[in-house]
Amino acid sequence: MSTRLIRGRQEAAMEYMFLINVDETQGPPGDPTADGFEEMMAGWFAYNQMLTDGGHFVAGASLQPSATATVVRNDSGTVTDGPYVETKEQIGGFYVVSAADLDEALALAAKMPTQGAIEVRPVMFRPDA
Amino acid sequence: MSVEDALTRLSREESGRVLALLAGRLGDLDLADEAVQDALVEAVRTWPTQGVPDNPAGWLMTVARRKALDRIRRTTSARRRVTAAAYDLLEAVEPASDRGLVEKGAEQMEITDEHLRLVLLCCHPALNQDAQVALTLRLVGGLSTAEIAAAYVVPEATITQRVVRAKRKIRDAAIPLSIPAALTERVEALLTVLYLIFNEGYLSRSSADLVRVDLADEAIRLTRLAHDLLPDSGEVGGLLALELYQRARFATRVDGAGELVLLEHQDRTRWDRDQIAEANRVLAAALADRTPGTFRLQAVIAAQHANARTYADTDWPAIAAAYARLDEHTGSAIVRLNRAVAVAEADGPHAGLRLLDTVEGLDDFHLLHATRAELLSRAGDPDAARTAFARARSLTDNPAEQRFLDGRIAAQP
Repeated sequence: MSTRLIRGRQEAAMEYMFLINVDETQGPPGDPTADGFEEMMAGWFAYNQMLTDGGHFVAGASLQPSATATVVRNDSGTVTDGPYVETKEQIGGFYVVSAADLDEALALAAKMPTQGAIEVRPVMFRPDA
Repeated sequence: MSVEDALTRLSREESGRVLALLAGRLGDLDLADEAVQDALVEAVRTWPTQGVPDNPAGWLMTVARRKALDRIRRTTSARRRVTAAAYDLLEAVEPASDRGLVEKGAEQMEITDEHLRLVLLCCHPALNQDAQVALTLRLVGGLSTAEIAAAYVVPEATITQRVVRAKRKIRDAAIPLSIPAALTERVEALLTVLYLIFNEGYLSRSSADLVRVDLADEAIRLTRLAHDLLPDSGEVGGLLALELYQRARFATRVDGAGELVLLEHQDRTRWDRDQIAEANRVLAAALADRTPGTFRLQAVIAAQHANARTYADTDWPAIAAAYARLDEHTGSAIVRLNRAVAVAEADGPHAGLRLLDTVEGLDDFHLLHATRAELLSRAGDPDAARTAFARARSLTDNPAEQRFLDGRIAAQP
């Protein structure tokens, strides 16, 4: 029995969603004329390039601040202003990445150039996959 | 060896190894666990009449693999898994190759490797600590959920749910059965879990509560296993030594009335000298690893106590020095408090009181005030001591401690 076979089998890739939770009041400036904007974006470009080069990038986006959010509740048919939950940290963006296992996904999440908490969740199902 | 002993040995000592090997082969921890359980049940059923096989571990591996194959065949929804596992399962179907895997020295490294993976998997940081403890005892220690529940005095359903939930997360989030690149962190998590298990036994105050002594011994067994798997880690040796030093004093920590006996008053002739000697050997070897580590420092402190012939012979300056280093490493207020006690023994009550004044965040902890009170009393300030003892008494609900503190208040001149 060789460990090569085990590894080979585990290479069937998983997909994980990274939900980037940041404190919007402390968050990076969205203003391109602000100081440090170039440096901040350079970090993200490098990160995105790393995901793409490694074959990890599936999808991702940076989101407008949570003040722009609107919630549709399908159980009650209501539409309300604001994010789903009011918390100290808000979802500022997300990625869907492809990784061999949770350890690889956690290592990728840890390299993201941002403060805050990144929730890593396995993708159960994706209609276009 | 009786059949019963052989069965216990099989479940406690061999099942983790076989589970590790099978989980690696199948790439499916849950299936491997079910198969090993099925095989253990078969051992319980057949060994009493058919006798114990020559190679119980090899027997377990063969039967567990057959059980796994049965389960895969039974589950039509697992067709994908059959495809993945069939090659390995069919490749080495004759029992001789199992014996080879389990016994042959050349293959030993691989088993060690698989076993280490399983041990580390149980302490993956993506699992919460309760789950880490339950999984370690269940998968590595081979304890049943009923045994774990009894040891922790919680309903069996709670432990079952923890194990099920953890195994589900391992499967659905694809937590890998692999040796992580950042091994040091994972080893720290493992040692924390093993020490938590040990302490659950150590803190048992009832000598009748033997299950918990069993738990301390189980922790020692698992720490020995970790020591075999990670022989170069000084911290693993440090923890093993620490546990052995404490285990050596178990018989003297509780008196006939069930009251806790302080170190100062324990009957040192009843300490287990063999365990202390073994701890000394393990610690000496562990100290060859020069990287810093808190378990080794704690073991050094425990070694000073265990090797002192009488309480008066205790080398307090050495203990105070070890506490100083532990204080640097941990920055823990509790460690600082203990350090103050050692410093007071080494350099007098005033030195201890000065250090106590730097302890932060323990104002509501009765032992801080009780310690201050003792040192004030020794420093010749009975009025301040009385006040501090009274403060300590107001902060504890334990009747035995309240009685003790009342006695100390009354004893002040």
